[in-house]
Amino acid sequence: MAGMDRVAVIGASMTQFGKRDAWIRELLAEAGQACLDDADVSPLDLEHLYVSNMASGEFEGQTGVPNALAHDLGALPAYTQRIDQTSSSGGAGIYAAWQSVASGASDLTLLVGGEKMTHKTTAESTDVIASLTHPVEYKHGLTLPSFAGLTARRYLHEYDAPRESLAKVAVKNHKNGVDNPHAQFRKEVDLETVMESPIVADPLRLYDFCPITDGSAALLFCPESKAKEYTDEYTVISGIGGATDTHVVHERDDPTVMGAAVESSELAYNMAERGPEDVDVAELHDMFTILEFLQSEAVGFFEQGEGWKAVEEGVTDRDGELPINTSGGLKSKGHPLGASGVAQAYELHQQLLGNAGERQVDAEVGLACNVGGFGNCVITTIMEQA
Amino acid sequence: MSGNSRFEAHRCPNGHLSYPGHPRCPECAEPQEETVDLSDLTATVITWTTSTATPPGVRQPNHIAIVEFDVDGESVRAIGQLTSDGVEIGDEVRPVYAEELRDPDAGIREKESQEWDGYRFEPVE
Repeated sequence: MAGMDRVAVIGASMTQFGKRDAWIRELLAEAGQACLDDADVSPLDLEHLYVSNMASGEFEGQTGVPNALAHDLGALPAYTQRIDQTSSSGGAGIYAAWQSVASGASDLTLLVGGEKMTHKTTAESTDVIASLTHPVEYKHGLTLPSFAGLTARRYLHEYDAPRESLAKVAVKNHKNGVDNPHAQFRKEVDLETVMESPIVADPLRLYDFCPITDGSAALLFCPESKAKEYTDEYTVISGIGGATDTHVVHERDDPTVMGAAVESSELAYNMAERGPEDVDVAELHDMFTILEFLQSEAVGFFEQGEGWKAVEEGVTDRDGELPINTSGGLKSKGHPLGASGVAQAYELHQQLLGNAGERQVDAEVGLACNVGGFGNCVITTIMEQA
Repeated sequence: MSGNSRFEAHRCPNGHLSYPGHPRCPECAEPQEETVDLSDLTATVITWTTSTATPPGVRQPNHIAIVEFDVDGESVRAIGQLTSDGVEIGDEVRPVYAEELRDPDAGIREKESQEWDGYRFEPVE
């Protein structure tokens, strides 16, 4: 990317995550308006408007949400598009927004990610999400949590990792979430609570899983060469990459390796001319505790099968060598599907600008890894101080 | 659709196997032209879980395993329900036909869009 005009993030917002009365249109408008306010930009100046959302039709019976958002925000006639890449829709939206600006197609692009889920029962939400599976998986009742159970058992078996190491991911991320005012859960949990919580997908228990969440988040992008026309406080997308793994999860050679995270992070590192050793803070897609291990290895922070040791040794704590999920992660912040990847970048943006309050760490380079399905689609984004 | 599921791996001209089949081999992108019946073979358990939070129409608890078949020296994996609890990694299992693995009327997936019968895995004594 040397010599190329990079893509800047000049505004960011996220709404309260949790159980919300608002429906999808209202959630999207709330984050979109807040993001425009953050950058003090008129909606009339928007050229492209993207919406990251997995399933507003299935959850709520509301489709056509980008059109609705453009109208509600007063952003007409901006070009609109919905980005669905299941739970990596947010990261895929960042990629789409990045492409729109990097290609010169748009000089001002707003991305809003959101999902409304909590009005459905857990079983219904689980089924909506499981609808991404192949028919041979769906007919056996496979769910995303059950893939996590299958993978966690294999990981513990293969790398001789203690069950408690997974629980420590939950303990760490809940502790971080206490200081995130937007998080769904702002309550610490101890190891005993996690280890004694009900089994959901053996060997994983309730506290190994993120909650079902309503919420939204937004980012505003422009060419770096124009960023100072809007603000002195901006960050840049220095690298981004996306990759796809098998649709059928059991067809992967090694169930403990997230191939699309390996591939997408290599693309992002190459674009940014960076390596894993340059990353100061990371947001990983801890939809399940096991996923934090798998991604921390796949993006090159730790050797394969060693990610659990880093958690045990406190390396990934907020005051550790490489803080992971300072936001509280999906685990405590919540996981409104289409919003999550956008909210990961929101956290990095705040960290890089020094605006993260109690959560602040010393960081010049951040990495976000957003996962769709069970590693089926992955977007890795590297953000840096300008 | 139910009652006629075959449990077959699909093979391309380069000898790669996959279950289920795909229009093109996931490894080399050649068309998969042959099938291998897995229903009379045994397999080894790679990993397993018991899911207690199951979606509408799925038995609770739902015991599930990823298993690996050896077909003339080439491995191919499959996923499916277990007939019982108590299976461990490395155990040998065999496929057992079931007419209906979950209630096709209860979930979000359109009933006519796929098959609902198939094979569970039973421990080999």
